Amino acid sequence: MPVITYRQALNAALAEELARDENVVIIGEEVAEYNGAYKITEGLWKKFGSRRVVDTPISEGGFLGLGVGAAMMGLRPVMELMFWSFAYVGFDQIVNNAGCIRYMSGGLINLPLVIRGPANGGTNVGATHSHTPENFLGNTPGLKVVSPATPYDAKGLMKTAIRDNDPVCVMENTLLYGDLGEVPEEEYTIPLGVADVKREGKDISLIGHGRAVITALRAAERLAEEFDISAEVVDLRSIRPLDEETILASVRKTHRAVLVDENKPFCGVSAQIATMIQEYAFDDLDAPVTRVCALDAPAIYSPPLEEHQLPTADRIIEKVLAVC
Amino acid sequence: MTTAQLEKTEHSVDDFAKAPVNASLTSKQKLGFLRDMLRIRRFEQASLKLYQQGKMGGFLHLYIGQESVAVGTCSLLTPDDHCITAYREHGHAIVMGMTMDECMAELLGKSTGCSKGKGGSMHFFAPDKNFWGGHGIVAGQTPIGLGIAFALKYREIKGCCLTFLGDGAVNQGVFHESLNIAALWGVPVVFIVENNGYSMGTSLARSSSIRSCLAERANAYAMDWDIVNGENLYEVRAKSVEAITRAREESKPTLLEINTYRYYGHSVADANTKKYRKAEEIEFYKQNHDPIRLWEKQLKAEGVADDEKIAAIDHEARQEAARSVQFAEESPFPELQEIFDDVYYEVDQGTEAGHTGRHFFND
Repeated sequence: MPVITYRQALNAALAEELARDENVVIIGEEVAEYNGAYKITEGLWKKFGSRRVVDTPISEGGFLGLGVGAAMMGLRPVMELMFWSFAYVGFDQIVNNAGCIRYMSGGLINLPLVIRGPANGGTNVGATHSHTPENFLGNTPGLKVVSPATPYDAKGLMKTAIRDNDPVCVMENTLLYGDLGEVPEEEYTIPLGVADVKREGKDISLIGHGRAVITALRAAERLAEEFDISAEVVDLRSIRPLDEETILASVRKTHRAVLVDENKPFCGVSAQIATMIQEYAFDDLDAPVTRVCALDAPAIYSPPLEEHQLPTADRIIEKVLAVC
Repeated sequence: MTTAQLEKTEHSVDDFAKAPVNASLTSKQKLGFLRDMLRIRRFEQASLKLYQQGKMGGFLHLYIGQESVAVGTCSLLTPDDHCITAYREHGHAIVMGMTMDECMAELLGKSTGCSKGKGGSMHFFAPDKNFWGGHGIVAGQTPIGLGIAFALKYREIKGCCLTFLGDGAVNQGVFHESLNIAALWGVPVVFIVENNGYSMGTSLARSSSIRSCLAERANAYAMDWDIVNGENLYEVRAKSVEAITRAREESKPTLLEINTYRYYGHSVADANTKKYRKAEEIEFYKQNHDPIRLWEKQLKAEGVADDEKIAAIDHEARQEAARSVQFAEESPFPELQEIFDDVYYEVDQGTEAGHTGRHFFND
């Protein structure tokens, strides 16, 4: 099976969907002639032309709203945000318009819209460029939110997001763009709402999404080697819709859970997972559910400190040892 | 705009009556415009009564006084053209073909409403009639209108999207972003500022920095613009058709400013409606600039209608509004379980995607 990067996997998904469906149009800042600020759209403008791959001015509210209008008319716009942090400039268009129009029209309208881009800290760019708004967006009925951790998932989820008939927010991660993984050449998609057990284990469940999954896998490896603890790693992949069954099945098997989350702790995605576990698997638990989140302050610039602000394998191991 | 200024900019109705788009009108069409304006007014007067009786929640932004704008502009549309506006949208909805019944029921939050009681006064939609809302956030609809027109161009359809906004919306960033993109890419959108003089309780003079008018801001984006006296139906049509033709034929946007006036507050809940402008000002407009009265006068002068004919049309409009009130009042409210319908298309359609994973998080 070919081994490609997360970036190439996303690029392949976009290229395949552009070729498959005339209604797919890629719109965003620097997506065309510049080949994408993070090169996710590299080569697409050359191959598909200015009609299908469209550079915008720096106007997030304007072009996100344009995407909503185009989706109302049946196009399938894939809107790139250079950073999900920039979504805050266009939040009205995402939450009020993409998120609520179907409802407020009594179901007369649907919006086959994808909004994608990186949503992560850890790159020393300061607080304004380091937001992880998957919890805000997951808090908005009407929107769907996915967050792939591997090249395989990135391609499969992106293709499904484009084919879905509701607005889907795809939260990527610049720190994962260069990660390598096996991705089959043949066509495949991954349904939204299906989690993936990335590592089987029996002593504790580490549950997260996006890059936190990669950190959890690293911690699981060390837990096995250094402490003889068998950790299961559950990758949510999709935040809304959420695969409750896989999460609960894992907890019922291991009886313990540490949630790993690059969101800030207050009302982060992991807070929702925690309440779900205590409500539906309380009797299966042998220890309190605990969390390793981003430290609760705006993203710090200072490089050595920011490394510690995000969940690390050390912090995960510490939490695991406290309950195992 | 002060009343003195408005009088100064008044044009002769005859000038615009001679424009081809108006000269070709049949008596039936002219009476149709009167019928539509009266239907809007009677619908809203009936809704106001319901609001005052406490039968309606939320806000009610009345269009009364501005009817000629929606009727004049939307009368020019073909099946390839589209329309979107903000929350003062009852007039546009009715002229685009929505029924009073579905609109009145929506105001009362009934399941027979156009949005099944999920949208309310500010959120009427009829995609099958090319009417895309009904939007509650000031200027939030402007990039959507741009996107609708973008889709027309993408599909090589010779149509346009009339994108309405109020004079209060012109200072929102997203509107300027939309103007820039529209001109830059040549998008067939017509932005129509319905300038009623007040952004809620703040007059134009206190809210917008301009030299002579709002529409000239289009100059900053190398976009065509025009200013229109909205009380004159012929002028509205004559000037709007130029913008619409520019969009359809040349794929170029226009910014139109149509001067008009609202008789009621920003919404019916506007507690200060009699504080930020004088009662005499409102009365002056009603007496001298009411678009329906002026059109009636015009039809009589042209021999198209007499008092009896006008009274008959008005009677029909009142009856239709009264029937819609009855329909709305007799309609049921939505069931509690319907709260979860119309959130996700895939769930509503019962697709595999709609069944996969948890979409709602109640207990």
